[in-house]
Amino acid sequence: MDVDVEILARIQFAFTIAFHYIYPPLSIGLGLLMVIMEGLYLKTGNKIYETMCRFWTKIFALTFGIGVATGIVMEFEFGTNWATYSRYVGDIFGSALAAEGIFAFALESGFLGILLFGWNRVCSRVHFIATLGVFLGSAFSAVWITVANSWQQTPAGYKIVGEGLQAKAEIVDFWAMVFNPSSIDRMLHVWIGAFLAGAFLVLSVHAYYLIRGRYVELSQKAFKIALVVATVFSLSQLFTGHRSAEYVAEYQPAKLAAMEGHFDEEGPADLYILGWVDKESQTTTGISVPGGLGFLLEQDFDAPVTGLNAFPEEDRPGQVNAVFQFYHLMVAIGMTLIGLTLLACFFWSRGTLFDRKWFLWIFVWAVALPQMANQFGWFSAEMGRQPWVVYGHLRTSDALSQVVTANQVLFSLIGFSIIYLLLAALFFYILNKKIKKGPYDESDVDDRPLQEGIAEAIT
Amino acid sequence: MKYLLLLPLALLLTACGTDGPDGYSTLAGIDYQTLWFLVVGAVFTGYAILDGFDLGAGAWHLFFRKEESRRIALNAVGPVWDGNEVWLVIGGGTLFAGFPMVYATLFSAMYVPFMLFLFALIFRAVSIEFRGKEPMQWWRNMWDVSYSVSSALLAVLLGVVLGNVLQGMPLDANYEHSGDWLAFFNPYAFLVGLTSLALFMMHGAIYLTMKTEGRLFAKVNRLLQRSIIAFVILFVLLTFYTLLYIPHLSDGFKARPWLFIVPVLAVMAIANIPRLVTKQKYLSAFIFSAITVGLLLITVAIELYPTIIIDSSGRGNDITVYNGVASNKSLGIMLVFVAVGVPLVISYTVFVYKTFWGKVRLDEHSY
Ligand code: HDD
Ligand code: HEM
Ligand code: HEM
Repeated sequence: MDVDVEILARIQFAFTIAFHYIYPPLSIGLGLLMVIMEGLYLKTGNKIYETMCRFWTKIFALTFGIGVATGIVMEFEFGTNWATYSRYVGDIFGSALAAEGIFAFALESGFLGILLFGWNRVCSRVHFIATLGVFLGSAFSAVWITVANSWQQTPAGYKIVGEGLQAKAEIVDFWAMVFNPSSIDRMLHVWIGAFLAGAFLVLSVHAYYLIRGRYVELSQKAFKIALVVATVFSLSQLFTGHRSAEYVAEYQPAKLAAMEGHFDEEGPADLYILGWVDKESQTTTGISVPGGLGFLLEQDFDAPVTGLNAFPEEDRPGQVNAVFQFYHLMVAIGMTLIGLTLLACFFWSRGTLFDRKWFLWIFVWAVALPQMANQFGWFSAEMGRQPWVVYGHLRTSDALSQVVTANQVLFSLIGFSIIYLLLAALFFYILNKKIKKGPYDESDVDDRPLQEGIAEAIT
Repeated sequence: MKYLLLLPLALLLTACGTDGPDGYSTLAGIDYQTLWFLVVGAVFTGYAILDGFDLGAGAWHLFFRKEESRRIALNAVGPVWDGNEVWLVIGGGTLFAGFPMVYATLFSAMYVPFMLFLFALIFRAVSIEFRGKEPMQWWRNMWDVSYSVSSALLAVLLGVVLGNVLQGMPLDANYEHSGDWLAFFNPYAFLVGLTSLALFMMHGAIYLTMKTEGRLFAKVNRLLQRSIIAFVILFVLLTFYTLLYIPHLSDGFKARPWLFIVPVLAVMAIANIPRLVTKQKYLSAFIFSAITVGLLLITVAIELYPTIIIDSSGRGNDITVYNGVASNKSLGIMLVFVAVGVPLVISYTVFVYKTFWGKVRLDEHSY
């Protein structure tokens, strides 16, 4: 029965976190764009930026709401499903989660009320501060949880005390734990992934308006703002991703070998662009750059790279092909985004950015790409980390709650599946509706001037 | 902003911790374990006071019949409920961080109640968000029901968890739950659940009196009086039940009889509420119902301390603040977090409440 619980619990965790991870990146990315839009409004005084910002604030409210509702699930799930893990890492993980609550979530939800409902109640500067507060809060929310995850991947600054079920990690050096070898690179990579998710949503919606010939002036402005953000960050993502691959090679060589479908330690090590891994026959077939992997890691085409066979069977990730595919899809998407944004910038410099309908259509659909890259990235990172929960210390199969039965997990898994399906349907329905309504919704008309006029007439 | 002035003071305090006998530091004579017990307790108390009123207001929702009334009631909690819920998130985090053993054992043992709690929490958040997005009557009614039922369910489930913590549960040598999960749904736990519901509904109704006018206000007032009666009856029942069937809970008071002042004060605070309501001093009544929530939880804390989860099997595998705690280092670091973070949280909470002070005005940004 144990196996069942483990598999169900893993499916449930993967499902709930993957679902959660659709929304926070959107909130973080939209937050950045809202700050830019409202900043432009304060600077130029041009109403059009305010309208733009108000429109995206409404969509932000939607993504934020679902992010919060699904996030609390994640926080409880460590205790309910991974009790042994929770005892083991409580000292370290717990403090990160507590810090997240105190510093980030409180900041975010504190200012959210003002961001959403305060347009008519506070002056525009205070409102801008609230927008900034919400953005910073959501960006910080990502910090601590990513630090905690990085610690699992590359533990540092701790010691292990106790044995068996009583064993646990204790903090020895707090800053070493926070700045463990993978946190900074992972953090940057995650943030940029979030900025891209937000920017491409803005691009998509405004491209759609442009195709339909609606809100043309506003949409052109918004498209350009988002394009700048998207271009800058698509390019930077290549660098942070490369840095990530370097630390994976150093600290989790078995994961890197799985990502590249690399079995035997021989130089030259090839770098696959596309491929298929057969675990049984230990072969990887596909299009590759001979020696490319060695070159990327060591700047030497002949350098040997540790292969999967260097590790005992029970210490290797089980799903080599999946890790390989997820990783390669993410990289392929990263390259596509770079190509797409650079091409757009080229058209822009020619003054023909908005002339090609087909090109705008690509942007309408490209909204899915960063989302997919975000998901695939986590899947390759997390599946490549198997069989460990805490790398080199605690195995996933040992991390489970001892007292939870398969039926209980099945019950909750079915519950989450139904509720999340409903949530996703509602999300798309409302999002679609808001987009159809557009930025100039009648109920939105600012009636302050009118009221002031009336007040003047009376006095 | 003036709360920020507390910051340096708090830092100073945390800096001058000294070493205690078991390798854990002490601060002002209190050991870190106890201090952290107080922190976790304070955060959950904050949560109960804050989310208590919006859960209570939610539980009343279906009692309001007109669309306008429902919108006003919903928007009375609109800008603040999310901020209130953050206290739950912080509470979970501080419990995980300070007492990982308690977090792990309690949450895995009470898997089913906690999952129901999560489902209700999602439905509630979603109902608030989606209700106003469509004009159709059936749409709004559907979300009204979901909002109200999930709010009430959350209040009851919080009570069920508390009731089981008070009774204790069988634990084995690894501090794992060794009983049947169905046993969590027992009469005592439900009685605590209903009492919490009544308490929150009273608390929520008082909050709504401050936010409403006219006919709606009169209606809220009538409901408020009924909820006070319901709460008092349930509270008396619960007290007798506890004294008769769960005698171990009075041990904390036997050891330190002067602490008996806390429940006495709680009863006085409860008695004060109807008086203030008749005098139409709603803000004071609200403060007193908040104090009631606080004092009742302090009573619970005294009843438990230093144990957090009582082993009811008689094998003595209690989880206490001393054996279920994180390392000294971790507690020290987090005390600094709390000292820096809490004044910040309080300062912007106050700012938000000030901005939305007074009766609800519906505008185009309302739900
Ligand atoms: C918009 C999202 C996005 C984009 C365009 C990319 N990534 Fe990524 N990637 C992520 C989003 C992401 C992520 C979801 O944020 C991950 C999952 C875990 C993590 O640390 O970041 C990730 C993980 C991740 C890892 C694994 C880190 C680990 O195991 O800890 C590597 C090696 C890369 N990425 C490399 C790249 C490369 C070479 C890219 C080429 C441009 C790239 N990523 C684009
Ligand atoms: C297992 C890991 C995770 C846990 C336990 C977790 C926990 C939570 C919780 C409790 C909330 C609700 C906070 C509130 O009430 O305001 C939340 C929301 C949020 N989380 Fe997560 N989370 C996890 C993963 C992540 C990751 C990986 C990111 C980003 C990189 C992230 C970013 C956010 C953000 C930005 C929010 C605010 C809501 C939003 O913007 O959509 N979380 N999370
Ligand atoms: C946000 C995007 C994330 C995604 C899409 C994701 C995906 C996954 C997947 C697919 C698994 C199952 C792996 C397998 O066994 O096949 C998993 C497991 C797990 N992940 Fe992540 N993960 C994410 C973020 C995080 C974060 C931020 C943390 C903690 C800070 C975390 C901690 C864990 C833990 C504890 C498990 C369970 C044990 C395990 O199977 O390793 N994950 N995750």
